[in-house]
Amino acid sequence: MIELINNIIGNIHSSTPMIRWLVYVMVIVISSVIVLSFALLYEGFATYAERKVAGDIQARIGPNRVGPYGLLQFVADGVKLLLKEDIIPFYADKWLFIIAPYIVFTASFAAFVPLSYSDHVYVANMNVGVLYIIAVSSVVSMAILMGAWGSNNKWSLFGGMRAVAQIVSYEIPIILSLLAAIIIPSSLDMKDIILYQSGGLGIFRWIIFNNPFTLLAFFIYFTAAIAEVNRTPFDIPEAESELVAGYHTEYTGMRFAFFFMAEYGDMFIVSAIAATLFFGGWQIPFINGVAMPLWLRETLQVVVFLTKIFVLIYVMMWIRWTLPRLRVDQLMELCWKYLTPIAFFDLIGASVWVLLFNGKGVYDILSALFVH
Amino acid sequence: MAVVDERFMDLNMGPQHPSTHGVLRLLIKTDGEVVSRVTPYIGYLHRALEKIAERLTYPQFTPFTDRLDYLASMNCNLAYALTVEKLLNIEIPRRAQILRVIMAELNRISSHLIAFGSLSSDMGAFTPFLFGIREREFINDLFEMVCGARLTYNYIRIGGVAQDIPDGFIDKTKEFLDYFPPKIKEYNDLLSYNAIFIKRLANIAVISPEDALDYGVTGPNLRASGIKWDLRREEPYLMYNELDFDIPVGRGEMGRVGDAWDRYMMRIYEMEQSAKIVRQCIDMFQQGDHIAKVPKVLKVPAGEVYVRAENPRGELGFYLISDGSTKPYRLKIRAPSFANLSIVPKLSGGVMIADLVAIIGSLDIILPEIDR
Amino acid sequence: MDAKQIYQTLSEKFTGRIKQFQENTHPASVVVESDAIVDICSFLKRETELEFTSMISLSGVDLKDQGKMLVIYHLGSIRHKHKIALKVELDRNNPHVPTVEKVWPGANWYEREAYDLYGIVFDNHSDLRRILLPDDWEGWPMRKDYVYPKRYHTWDV
Repeated sequence: MIELINNIIGNIHSSTPMIRWLVYVMVIVISSVIVLSFALLYEGFATYAERKVAGDIQARIGPNRVGPYGLLQFVADGVKLLLKEDIIPFYADKWLFIIAPYIVFTASFAAFVPLSYSDHVYVANMNVGVLYIIAVSSVVSMAILMGAWGSNNKWSLFGGMRAVAQIVSYEIPIILSLLAAIIIPSSLDMKDIILYQSGGLGIFRWIIFNNPFTLLAFFIYFTAAIAEVNRTPFDIPEAESELVAGYHTEYTGMRFAFFFMAEYGDMFIVSAIAATLFFGGWQIPFINGVAMPLWLRETLQVVVFLTKIFVLIYVMMWIRWTLPRLRVDQLMELCWKYLTPIAFFDLIGASVWVLLFNGKGVYDILSALFVH
Repeated sequence: MAVVDERFMDLNMGPQHPSTHGVLRLLIKTDGEVVSRVTPYIGYLHRALEKIAERLTYPQFTPFTDRLDYLASMNCNLAYALTVEKLLNIEIPRRAQILRVIMAELNRISSHLIAFGSLSSDMGAFTPFLFGIREREFINDLFEMVCGARLTYNYIRIGGVAQDIPDGFIDKTKEFLDYFPPKIKEYNDLLSYNAIFIKRLANIAVISPEDALDYGVTGPNLRASGIKWDLRREEPYLMYNELDFDIPVGRGEMGRVGDAWDRYMMRIYEMEQSAKIVRQCIDMFQQGDHIAKVPKVLKVPAGEVYVRAENPRGELGFYLISDGSTKPYRLKIRAPSFANLSIVPKLSGGVMIADLVAIIGSLDIILPEIDR
Repeated sequence: MDAKQIYQTLSEKFTGRIKQFQENTHPASVVVESDAIVDICSFLKRETELEFTSMISLSGVDLKDQGKMLVIYHLGSIRHKHKIALKVELDRNNPHVPTVEKVWPGANWYEREAYDLYGIVFDNHSDLRRILLPDDWEGWPMRKDYVYPKRYHTWDV
């Protein structure tokens, strides 16, 4: 984004420091507003999509009253949540109780920043993008525990404890499986990773097809990611049939909505990471975009990127409405006895592959064979 | 001041909790996720039905039996009617008997559908619940055809049934019988043999045959423990002795005999058998009266009887003492869920909170008949 | 074994403690001394010929006109497929009967219910509290001479 503004304004570095700072602040504000509105809009439609998908799977209709096809349902829901009475339990730790939803919300949205939506559309291009997202989304677990403890409700506390245990545990297979993918392009920069995956018709150089270990890494990552965002079959922190509503039992109105939106935000983030690291990010499959006009190429790239994300989100919804929930010890067992060791093995395998084939993927090797 | 045991936390599950299946309160002593003792508190739905019975005439009490087990009102009506008829010593017309069996078995299916659905939603899979509701809707439509009500039917009266079936009922029932059995396969594919579901239920809360008998557990819960005891076979009432049906018993397919999965599976098997019974009844249909001649002012001869019938949840018994007047002197209701719930403290030492939900769900208790 | 034989077996074993045999009830009932109930029940449960595996039901009855309380135990056997009712007659002013909880653990709740609604005290019961009514309820509502309260806490009834 800053580069974009740089291009528009031109020689910003030659202007006075005051103007430079002003421009920077403006850029930050404008880009945050854009990202925030995008994220909110996405979340609105994601809740609608969730209900429609659920309806479809459960042989019923889903929302269809507000607006065409019920599309505006989320607006009605949002208004309802805004107008709800804000209840703070008398015995709650008010400070923690109030601040927790904001931290969850902020942490969830901060992760939108380093995403690369297309060649030129991104907020900030960090050289530690992947690390940053993982770091920021870990804050969520802390905030959930704050809210759970602050509620002074035993069910909330159970939910909070479960959430922390779960998120902290599942970060290990997530990071290990991401490492298996990252060592291929040898970069933490989202844009570098995507650029590495160009060529091969926009599909075959995807990191997921790079070698068998990255293929496995994707499945480990996706399983662990579902756990990370607390969705069925791993939704034990808010398991409504056991813990009433888990850590957000005592929250009402907008405070509840923040937790709710953060969950959908997290879904977007984990799917975006998967799309970036395994599915070639915004690389357009089958079409060579070089000859296209810039605006068309950029638009197509954004569409492609979002499509990949939404497919993954759809899969998450599909899983949610199909499977029962694991028990808390079985969840931990899955993480520590299966996912983590397999991810370790996978990381070693991927490293060996990189050493053996000098970083080349299956496609590179095969095409080199056929050319000769 | 009371001494507080710091090793354990007191946790109230209910009276308002998503998976206590009504207003049941369980006081749980927990050490983290592990439950060390459970004390059920019941009576939140106590309506003094036994006292009310002493002030009403015999036919007037029939609608109150609807409110015992509202998911199987027909069966409750039936058991009460059988009790009074036993003292009256009247002959029930053949057609009425067939109709009663059809209604009782259809209601058994619809009740088991709820048992199936609510256990699945307790386990975190909400979709099967709505599948169950979808099929139950069909049965509700059938009942609406015969008596106009969809939940509290008040259809089986002393001496027969309230009115004869309308035109088209037989065809619609046949349609249901063709439609329903394939759905059972769908349930099995979706839920019964799901790996997570089995993991959650197998070997959980095993009821040994001795315990089951000691605690007076009846119905599918008793049969799941491997005891072939079905009142329809052991003490045939109506025309059950002419019908051909199997009594499924727990075989420990996924774990030990009498575990939660076996109890769940009994319901699935019994639905198949009930459908089979209804089909046979339809073939046996013959013309005749739908109700025997019963005097308007019903004076029941003095005497005392204990009559029991196989309800979807177990043995529903009425202990009736008549002093020869128009009102019962004493009517004791022996509700299956009352005994089935009393075993919960025994089952739930050392289980996890999530298992407790599985125990309650697999026992398939219903509160109105416990509290009466 | 039919009810008559069960009665004979019982009266041989517990001479003088079996009061009466009532054939006209369904199932047939045997009236026994209240302090012999635990012995009789454990005998009925253990004896292989009888083997009353479970207590089907336990009911209290208030016979106000005779000044008596009844406790009726409906027993059934899964193996032999027979059943019988045991009756215990109690003094209406001070109904006391030993608990059979040790014989059939399932009796626990039934006895609590009879205590709750009739005020029948089950001696040696492990947990004799009200079960259906609130702990602070006054009176025994299923008794025939029960007077309905006008108020419960702050509510008009």
